[in-house]
Amino acid sequence: MASPPTPSLPPQSAVTIKFDDVWIGFDEGPILRGLTFSAQPGETLVLLGETGTGKTLALKIAAGLICPDRGTVQALGQDITGKSEEELLQFRRQIGFVFQEGALFDSLTVGENVAYRLVEDGADENRIAPQVREVLRFVELEHTADMLPSELSGGMRRRVSIARALVNRPPVVLYDSPTAGLDPITSQTIITLILRLRDIYRVTALMATHRLQDGFALANFHFDPKTRTVRRGPSEERTQPPITRFLVLREGHIYFEGRPEELLKSRDSYLQRFLI
Amino acid sequence: MADTPFQVPQSGSSAPETPSVAEVLTDAAKQSVLKVQDYAKLSARSVSNLFTRPRYGQDTLDQMDDIGVGSLPIVLLSGFFIGAVMVLQTGSQFQRFGQVSLTGDIVSLALVRELGPTITGLLVAGRCSSGIASELGSMVVTEQVDAMRALGTDPGRKLISPRVLASLITVPLLTTISVFVGLIGGMVASVFSLRLGATTFWQRAIAILEFSDLMQGFTKSLVFAFILSTVGCYQGMKVRGGTQGVGRATTQAVVVSSVMIIIADTFLTKLALYLADKL
Repeated sequence: MASPPTPSLPPQSAVTIKFDDVWIGFDEGPILRGLTFSAQPGETLVLLGETGTGKTLALKIAAGLICPDRGTVQALGQDITGKSEEELLQFRRQIGFVFQEGALFDSLTVGENVAYRLVEDGADENRIAPQVREVLRFVELEHTADMLPSELSGGMRRRVSIARALVNRPPVVLYDSPTAGLDPITSQTIITLILRLRDIYRVTALMATHRLQDGFALANFHFDPKTRTVRRGPSEERTQPPITRFLVLREGHIYFEGRPEELLKSRDSYLQRFLI
Repeated sequence: MADTPFQVPQSGSSAPETPSVAEVLTDAAKQSVLKVQDYAKLSARSVSNLFTRPRYGQDTLDQMDDIGVGSLPIVLLSGFFIGAVMVLQTGSQFQRFGQVSLTGDIVSLALVRELGPTITGLLVAGRCSSGIASELGSMVVTEQVDAMRALGTDPGRKLISPRVLASLITVPLLTTISVFVGLIGGMVASVFSLRLGATTFWQRAIAILEFSDLMQGFTKSLVFAFILSTVGCYQGMKVRGGTQGVGRATTQAVVVSSVMIIIADTFLTKLALYLADKL
């Protein structure tokens, strides 16, 4: 087995999410074995890896949905590993989570799904409707507000899921394989949406995927709010590189961590398998 | 480990260790105790959540509509015919001794103390415990429960407590209706089959009842409501293994809640008779 390239960790200060030696396992043995990484504010981390390497687990741990067996996780300045479920419920209101299959509430309409968090927070009804409309307009699904999730296509459901996750403008959004099982055109629509979310709202994002092209699309393109178009290259307004980094998971730990160009240049045989 | 794209990783050569019989039995016992513990925790939290905020009033009303109003037709039908068949079965025996007028007493006591709560409990368990398990189970396998947690909502408060509260309110009401309709069924059968006067039937049916009989029936219906709702919720929330798991949980919910209701009925009857003697 080739030795893993040395990860280039960002400075310890000003991190939004930090995993420190996180372990978790189930009956079949440990899945994550000492996972360590951190994300700076506004940064997009692309978690790459084969199926079963623990990408989704890492996201669920970051959101406090699963408690690790060992190690600490800090998110938004809080150590979430020692928190009770009651405290975690409050914490999760600052996190947007986009599930792999959308996980929309199938008995609620699209509008009710998107409004769910606002209703739970006891927001004023007069404020909810315009906010839901605005978010649905952002994902270009305003016309579906009264439809049930079962009436939508797979791609539309993912977009509604994104709308639901960002309705209260969370500073962190976690995407679990947002383009899995979608055709290339719909995948592109979803990635464009993630680009817009990143470049307009400046959210910190963790995206688990096994599609390398999604990560490169995030790294090589930006959304220009003035012209409302997606353009190649980094945003002119962005001065703090890197904004997109790749983390390759293998056997429960970080095998590679670095910028897209570093991944492209790598001659490591395992990483090469993602590039073919 | 494979280092080129199309190689297949070699599987381990060492065979897995076969566990001993003692280990298997110990694991099974531990799993059973763990399940009882999980069920007890879920049940306790479903009740304690009712006393703290946030509460979900609209969800409780929706569940009351589903469990209460939805179960009304089967409870009405079964109640009426159980009352009638009780009269037909007991009346023929009483005729042999010329004591037909006792029919009202027997039917009334049997319905209020035993048949009303138990039959209603079993019917609602068959209809609603399975429904709760399949609904919650589907939500678990489609990650809707995780999504709820990710959105900052406690699924225990939002999904379980409203169902438990709705059952605790509606099952005693359904039992009362079932008993009343059963007495009507008994009266109809008495009039047409035994030629017993309707007034005599009602007078005796009401006169025989004591406060302890009503309390016995009411207590049983409350306990059965708690069992059928919590078992349904527990089976639903513990679903593993996709749609097959949902199907398994649905069946388990009906089987476990029905058996628990019958077992609980035995102990409650013994307790009620003991208390009736003491008080």
